[in-house]
Amino acid sequence: MGKGEFLFLLKGLQWTIALSAVGFICGMVTGLGVALLRTSRFRFLKRSAAGYIAVFQGTPLLMQLFVVYYGLALYGLKLDAWVAIAIGFTLHASAYLGEIWRGAIEAVPRGQMEAARALSLSYFWRMKDVVLPQALRISLPATIGFLVQLIKGTSLAAFVGFTELSRAGSMVSNQIFKPLLVFGIVGLMYFAICWPLSIYGSRLERKFAAAAR
Amino acid sequence: MDYKLDFGPVIEGFPNLLWGCLGTLGLAMSGMTLAIAIGIGGVVLRDSRIKPLRWLTMAFVEVIRNTPFLVQIYFIFFALPLAGILLNPTITAVIALGLNGGAYAIEIIRGGVQSINKGQIEAGLALGLRKPVVFRTIVLKPALRAIYPSLVSQFVLLTLTTSIASAVSAYELTSVAKRIESDSFRSFEVYGTITLLYLAMSWLVMLILNSIGSRYFNYPIK
Repeated sequence: MGKGEFLFLLKGLQWTIALSAVGFICGMVTGLGVALLRTSRFRFLKRSAAGYIAVFQGTPLLMQLFVVYYGLALYGLKLDAWVAIAIGFTLHASAYLGEIWRGAIEAVPRGQMEAARALSLSYFWRMKDVVLPQALRISLPATIGFLVQLIKGTSLAAFVGFTELSRAGSMVSNQIFKPLLVFGIVGLMYFAICWPLSIYGSRLERKFAAAAR
Repeated sequence: MDYKLDFGPVIEGFPNLLWGCLGTLGLAMSGMTLAIAIGIGGVVLRDSRIKPLRWLTMAFVEVIRNTPFLVQIYFIFFALPLAGILLNPTITAVIALGLNGGAYAIEIIRGGVQSINKGQIEAGLALGLRKPVVFRTIVLKPALRAIYPSLVSQFVLLTLTTSIASAVSAYELTSVAKRIESDSFRSFEVYGTITLLYLAMSWLVMLILNSIGSRYFNYPIK
């Protein structure tokens, strides 16, 4: 494998990171909304959020990407391929993060919420200053675990022709006929990003578990 | 919006899609079986007294868990023929799914094994039970009971992951759908429909696994 091919893979890696970052950040914003709806007092909102989560957790990420990608095209939206894919990942992330954070919000001791209500804090301040800071801390290991999953998931963008790391790997492999070398390197690149995150996540988990004992 | 939805090709190809569903379920079942076997074997290796075995198992788990399934299946797809093993894509996909699910199963089962009170193992040994018997009855069975819910969600995930096996054109739902799509260009209709089929299948798998769970693992853990 020459220098040119390697640089092409690095470019793919760049897109993988960009796509993961956009999907994760936009997914966090919308996911917070999903989590709040899922824990709200209103039955209808709660049920809709639960349904939204169930659909995303019960279908393959690949299908979600396909449906969003081809669906947006139907509505005559002339979007760049990568914007459509980013929307797909955002929706996916919002459902998973919504469910993770629902669990975290419910794990905050009830007394906290009751005390905040007794202090006549409004919903906004109760959430922002009392519940969410604690919930986010509790959810941190799982959130990082999901980030790793999302980074790996961006490889599926290759199916709709987006040249991120995996597709760059397929292209190079078809050119130089050394699939094991190329996919070995591609795998290593993913590993180099995901492994430190995984280690950090499980370290946090152990720390929190020890603190809770 | 001047596009008109046309489900004609989907309806025409529906019997094929149902066969594809069977393919997916078969792939998922075989993958799970292999994953369980690898998971149990891996836990034994992971905590064995021989250091290199321990390291190899740990490395296997970390590599699988931190790389995408797509890259794994490509790697296996190209590596097996080089090793002189020629298999059809569906079997290749089963192996890839088994290895992938197995790595997660090792971690999950190990968590369960670690939750077993050491005193119970010692008590078993003190009663003169042989080591394999202790492992099977005092360690493995209660551990499986404790981790059954996590295994179920991992296996539902594995069912959904089978769609990626279409990359090596294994026989399953997504490959069937791809063929219909490339004949008819009705991408949205085809993929929208099979998304619903996947939803139904993941519920079915969850239902089956949960009923197995309540049949065999539904007594108090502690």
